[in-house]
Amino acid sequence: MAAKTIISRPIYGTLSPQPGKHHLFIADAEGALAITDMAGKAPPGFFDGAEIDFIPGSEGKHIAALEALKPAQLHIAPSFASLLPRLKQTLANAHMGLRLYLAGTEGLIGQAMQAALEAGMDHTSIQTEHRGSLARRMQCVHCKGITENVTTQPALCSHCGLLLLVRDHYSRRLAAFQGVCINAEDRSEIPPMEEAFP
Amino acid sequence: MSTGTTKLDVVVSDVVPVNHLVTRFHFRRRDGGLLPTFSGGAHVVVEMRDSDRTRLNPYSLMGSPLDTREYTISVRRDDVGRGGSLFMHRQVKPGLEMVISYPVNLFSLDLRAKKHLMLAGGIGITPFMAQTSQLAGAGGNFELHYTCRTASLGTYADVLRQRYGNRVRLYHDDREERIDLDRLLSSQPLGTHLYVCGPAGMINWVRDRAAALGWPSETVHFEHFAAPQPGAPFDVTLALSGKTIRVGEQQSLLEAMEAAGVDPPYLCRGGVCGQCETNVISSDGKFIHNDHWLSEEDHRSGCKIMPCVSRFEGKSLVLER
Repeated sequence: MAAKTIISRPIYGTLSPQPGKHHLFIADAEGALAITDMAGKAPPGFFDGAEIDFIPGSEGKHIAALEALKPAQLHIAPSFASLLPRLKQTLANAHMGLRLYLAGTEGLIGQAMQAALEAGMDHTSIQTEHRGSLARRMQCVHCKGITENVTTQPALCSHCGLLLLVRDHYSRRLAAFQGVCINAEDRSEIPPMEEAFP
Repeated sequence: MSTGTTKLDVVVSDVVPVNHLVTRFHFRRRDGGLLPTFSGGAHVVVEMRDSDRTRLNPYSLMGSPLDTREYTISVRRDDVGRGGSLFMHRQVKPGLEMVISYPVNLFSLDLRAKKHLMLAGGIGITPFMAQTSQLAGAGGNFELHYTCRTASLGTYADVLRQRYGNRVRLYHDDREERIDLDRLLSSQPLGTHLYVCGPAGMINWVRDRAAALGWPSETVHFEHFAAPQPGAPFDVTLALSGKTIRVGEQQSLLEAMEAAGVDPPYLCRGGVCGQCETNVISSDGKFIHNDHWLSEEDHRSGCKIMPCVSRFEGKSLVLER
């Protein structure tokens, strides 16, 4: 779990089964393991009313472990972008009593939460657990472009090419960390780029 | 100065009987100006100077927050209560000068909600009068379910039906009409917030069903109308002010402290807001905790008490304040 630095920096917890009849899980990569770990604490029949939307990534791992939980629905998606229309539709048709569980990378948690907030859910009522890569989704504050899967500090904006300091300042609305030009005074000053979010 | 106890000098501008249990009171500023802005769900604490004792009772503001020329409250008469509502019904007449607190809101709308589902029981309708006015003025999406014993005790039911039509559903106990709560709660769109105000039994029932059906606690709002319970008199020593006082049978610990010249903070006087929380220095006896603020653990520890509603039975009690 990431350390708390500034107030907007999200803090993640550990998934725990909530009361209710309808449970929606959104996970990517190692996030599947947060769900299987939680399953050990869930009451019998918990997954009878559960839908799991899973983005396994290029290695395609953990699908069998999720199938073994026998959820009412298991939907495998190649990317978050491809999953989003389905997620929006599910949330638009949902009723109070639906519980949301997000597990995996920060980019996945943040973007799924963004869709849930738009649908009227309260961020404090959403279960989250961070697993896997620390890679960040970053907004360049200068050109507003979003760069996915940022692992270095500083990082290059994939849109305008500025060298950015990746801040802990997080926007829930954008589901992204803020990147600010690190050498605005003197562009010839280029600090070493290190892996910061493996 | 205590939090929330900033005072307003008002005059009673009208007293209107609503039905055989409920009377409505209108207050205007003595200097003729506008009253402070408030939001739906807010209450004021009304000071009642009843010969040698002062009673302080909280009542929800029921007028529209869009009109601050006057405040209106509705008081249900309780013939076996501690006398506050009887004082209001018998002694308060138009023209009487009174003192009330600034409004405080411990039951506000969460305006991020996509929809507001309101459940009222009996006189618990009053905060919803203001909340529905506020939402109607802003084009908000709401639905009100109101249970009352009989049609004649459906205080303001006719007004609400006239204003909001089918957005208001009525349930009469004498006709054995009952809210199909599970169905109602399960059919609400995502992003709905739930508000409940009424008798303790109703609040507990609604909160329990909502939790069981998967409503996050952040989306469930409630307001208790709890009055301090009477009990055996007891003595208290207040360490900081060095006073020893007696709490009478019909008096709350908070009221006894105030009568002795101590000025503790308070907001709700009903055991929910936490303002008057007080540390216990020593005790020999049994606490009767009536509040909804302290945790079970706090209650067991014997280290804290809410003097607005809780009592004590035993040999000695020393509080910090």
